[in-house]
Amino acid sequence: MIPAAFDYKRASSAAEAISLVGQYGDEAKFLAGGHSLIPLMKLRLAQPAMLIDIGRIKDLSYIKDGGDFIAIGALTRHMDVEKSALVLKEVPLLAHAAGYVGDAQVRHRGTIGGSLAHADSASDLPATTLALGATYVAQGPKGERLIAAADFYKGFLESALQPDEMLTEIRVPKMNGAKWGFEKFNRRAQDWAIVGVAAWRSKDASGVALVNMGSTPILATSVSAALKSGASVADAAQLAAAEAEPQDDLNASSEYRVHLAKVLVRRALEKASA
Amino acid sequence: MTMTENRQNSVIGTRQLRREDPALLTGEAKFTNDLNLPGALHLSILRSPHAHAKIVSIDTAAAKASPGVVAVYTGAELQSQWAGPMPCAWPVTPDMKNPPHFPLAASKVCYVGDGVVAVLATSESASRDALDLIDVEYKVLKAVVDVEEALSDANIIHEDLGTNKSYTWNLKIEATEGCVEDAFQKAAFKVSERYVQQRLLPMAMEPRAVAAVPQPFGGDITLYSSTQIPHILKVMAALTLGIPEHQVRVVAPSVGGGFGSKLDVYAEELLCMALARKHSLPVRWVEERSENSMATIHGRGQVQYVELAADKSGKLTAVRVRIKADMGAYLQLVTPGVPILGAFLYAGVYDIPLAYDFSCDGIFTTLTPTDAYRGAGRPEATYAIESAMDALARAMKIDPLELRKRNFIQKEQFPYTAFSGLTYDSGDHLQAAEKAAGLADYAGIRAQQAKQNVPGAKKRLGIGMSSYFEMCGLAPSRVLASLNYGAGGWEAATVRVLPTCKVQVVTGTSPHGQGHETSWAMIASEKLGIPQEDIDVLHSDTAISPLGLDTYGSRSLPVGGVAIAGACDKVIDKARLIAAHQLECSADDLEFAGGVFSVKGSPDRAVPMAAIAFAAFTAHNLPDGLEPNLEAQYTYDPPNFSWPFGTHMCVLEVDTETGQIEILKYVAVDDCGVQINPLIVEGQVHGGVIQGLAQALFEEAVYDTDGNLKTTTLAEYLVPAASDVPSITTAHTVTPSPTNQLGVKGIGEAGTIGAASTVINAVVDALSGIGVTSMPMPASPQTVWRAIQSAAQAK
Ligand SMILES: Cc1cc2nc3c(=O)[nH]c(=O)nc-3n(C[C@H](O)[C@H](O)[C@H](O)COP(=O)(O)OP(=O)(O)OC[C@H]3O[C@@H](n4cnc5c(N)ncnc54)[C@H](O)[C@@H]3O)c2cc1C
Repeated sequence: MIPAAFDYKRASSAAEAISLVGQYGDEAKFLAGGHSLIPLMKLRLAQPAMLIDIGRIKDLSYIKDGGDFIAIGALTRHMDVEKSALVLKEVPLLAHAAGYVGDAQVRHRGTIGGSLAHADSASDLPATTLALGATYVAQGPKGERLIAAADFYKGFLESALQPDEMLTEIRVPKMNGAKWGFEKFNRRAQDWAIVGVAAWRSKDASGVALVNMGSTPILATSVSAALKSGASVADAAQLAAAEAEPQDDLNASSEYRVHLAKVLVRRALEKASA
Repeated sequence: MTMTENRQNSVIGTRQLRREDPALLTGEAKFTNDLNLPGALHLSILRSPHAHAKIVSIDTAAAKASPGVVAVYTGAELQSQWAGPMPCAWPVTPDMKNPPHFPLAASKVCYVGDGVVAVLATSESASRDALDLIDVEYKVLKAVVDVEEALSDANIIHEDLGTNKSYTWNLKIEATEGCVEDAFQKAAFKVSERYVQQRLLPMAMEPRAVAAVPQPFGGDITLYSSTQIPHILKVMAALTLGIPEHQVRVVAPSVGGGFGSKLDVYAEELLCMALARKHSLPVRWVEERSENSMATIHGRGQVQYVELAADKSGKLTAVRVRIKADMGAYLQLVTPGVPILGAFLYAGVYDIPLAYDFSCDGIFTTLTPTDAYRGAGRPEATYAIESAMDALARAMKIDPLELRKRNFIQKEQFPYTAFSGLTYDSGDHLQAAEKAAGLADYAGIRAQQAKQNVPGAKKRLGIGMSSYFEMCGLAPSRVLASLNYGAGGWEAATVRVLPTCKVQVVTGTSPHGQGHETSWAMIASEKLGIPQEDIDVLHSDTAISPLGLDTYGSRSLPVGGVAIAGACDKVIDKARLIAAHQLECSADDLEFAGGVFSVKGSPDRAVPMAAIAFAAFTAHNLPDGLEPNLEAQYTYDPPNFSWPFGTHMCVLEVDTETGQIEILKYVAVDDCGVQINPLIVEGQVHGGVIQGLAQALFEEAVYDTDGNLKTTTLAEYLVPAASDVPSITTAHTVTPSPTNQLGVKGIGEAGTIGAASTVINAVVDALSGIGVTSMPMPASPQTVWRAIQSAAQAK
């Protein structure tokens, strides 16, 4: 409940934030919505000596049409993604998934950049943007680089970001009318998923990603390959966990998780094929 | 005679918003941690990370040197502070074993969370930071986690006791010796079931908080605590600390829930007092949420073996019960008595012959102590009998509602002297069950089930029920004596009419969310004919309300509320003498209604309460020998428990692919006699049902085999939120209690008592067609899925 002592600086631009983090090095952490970081600090599982607050960098909160993709500023709150007319029209799967993050308070505070940077496989947006083939924009002392979602997630709470890099934008390809399904299986409405599935399907392609089926979000490539080669949804769904190495926890054994993944992938794909 | 029979009530029975709520909802209400205490020291406690270990050495040097730290104490260093160990007020048997239990462990820790070192610092964060600098060397011993394994004594927790068994408590009632065994021999049908009441975390919204403030003059000390029991705490703290009782004042400011978890005398309360005394400064402590999960008592924790014998029509002929009750590491205030409170309810609402055999072992484990939690022993008992009734119905292949109807105590049988010797004052179980069946569309659901629950169905429909009796309104003092309880069960009230006809109602109950201020003002208003807004209710401060036995066991209304009505009667009696004096008539010629005394037959000869109150105050012209002022104190010792009852029903669907449960309908028909404020009754039922449903589907304090608690945050311990529970259909029957003048019965625990078995019976009902005959709690999706899988494999 009472975090260890820390210092606090507020950045007013990405450049300032990056220069501050360069100054304080390993001791420093970015603070966005605080809805992952602060709970960890209260439990003293995280004890950063310096918090660099990026939560008020106004020009990193936006949703824009980028042509083939929708560009979302890293500091955009989940609620804004959920309600955005542009996201609802062009990437409805993402708007829908954002609406299932935690509860209303969490969605008003938490940011899309924070959710992705935190790289929690139990979170909804990492898997959803992975299924959609998103690209993340990272800014560091040496400038910008693009990281494909598929290359971003390295391990449990571990991403491809360098300590002095900041996520600034998320580029999500337009779905062009592809159908989709999103399944979030949990015991309480506001909880993280025990297993979740984000899936879309067009005439000749599909994307399926799994939430909480291992230490990173999982792209279920075997399912998409089977669909491409003409397998039925039910048969393809049997391959749901082919890429996953699910863990045991209080809510589910790995065996039950595998079973759930198959059922939920089938249900999501049935919606995406309806 | 009840008030309702006398005349039409005008205040009692009206739906009213609670007067407490504006302050609570706007954040104006002051909780213990809101108190501003300049110069206070902050206490933090280093707790054991091991379930069972010897303390080899403790190094506090670095902590002592940490900024802001004033003092650091080990258990051994504080031992001289205690006049005695922490209290257990309920030695259920003469030979009950009770290990000495002190606020800090001195040589050995017995559960994860056991206090080891106390730090005092000038700020909360300084004291918390210092904990990380303390070095304790432990010699780790084997944890004792399973209550049945503990009985083997392979690994004894309190060496001096020589055993892990605290007590065995028996209740055998037989018309003729051996008739229980006989009944089982001759039974046409028998069931023998094992149920596990998982440990629960009470999880009050406000964790515990304490502040002890020594007065600048003399030896007095005021203890502020988020407690349900300021009065009991005052006596116990005085005894444990060796402070004369009259020098201790206990105040419970606004208290954010308790559910029994604040019905205790806790180490932190005693530590704050001892250290405030030692340092002559205020000392305060507030519990962290994760700390609360292990340092505050747990609820439930029982393994139950229940056997029913029945004749060929299904009429029960005998009940046999064996309980293994998990005490945890130590006996807290009423720990050993909790399962005993259930002992009288294992025959439920059924008419059984004198053939009952109950035995309970209280057993130590290396886990957090258990104690009273909403319903305390009675939800467990109700769960067992109501689940076993369903098992019996399945064995007989008859409808479970029909089986219950064959066994209910009939309306005409009340007052009914039960096998236990206790008298159930009133009831109408058939009416409650039929009302619930109507609201749940029992027949319609059965018909739909026949269509829907075909082989291979992806969604199976179930309906479950529970008919309960609650033994509450604790309690007749003499009955408590026969149960070896260390105190009485009366409640005190003072009603004081001030010179301007404003009223102070002083109660010994100690509300922590129940709305007593609203309800008690309603009772006094009804009685005195004085508007509610002119009535203040004072409570929860032993200096203002010196006599009382506090709030638990659904006692506040049927004991404390009745005491207020009694005090009002005494005030009216005195006012009548003054009115007669003023009107120059005989007191017997006066009638009293709407706050006015008038001469029978000549209503214009009248005097209002306001005039009497002022006359009583000035004392210029009172009848000879009458004391000035209009005030009365009354203490009520109830002649019997209060016996609310009802039937709950739940309709739900089980997703057979995932094990997920969706509740479609929940119906609660409760009878708590006369309702003072139906809105509050509804709130109590809602909260209670959800807490029971939470036990059925969501909550469990999970330990690993080393005795580590795995559910220490609200991300793992699944308290359901509004979005996770169904809308509840509440309905009532009204059978006034004949034992008190208000006709009231308790309602605080009823919902919890009925709900868990209702929900689990519905789950099993949905799945019995595919071979599932039992369901452990909580019925998480994985648990349900596994039950379905293993039933399929067994085929
Ligand atoms: C009660 C509750 C329920 C929740 N339920 C869900 C749920 O169901 N599903 C779900 O997906 N999530 C859930 N969350 C998490 C929520 O979505 C978080 O808000 C989100 O994961 C983190 O975003 P944030 O802006 O709060 O990040 P912070 O907590 O501020 O930061 C998280 C981490 O990311 C880093 N970081 C933040 N922004 C950036 C950036 N732009 N560049 C680089 N690093 C950055 C921080 O340094 C920190 O390490 C829940 C949270 C709570 C408290």
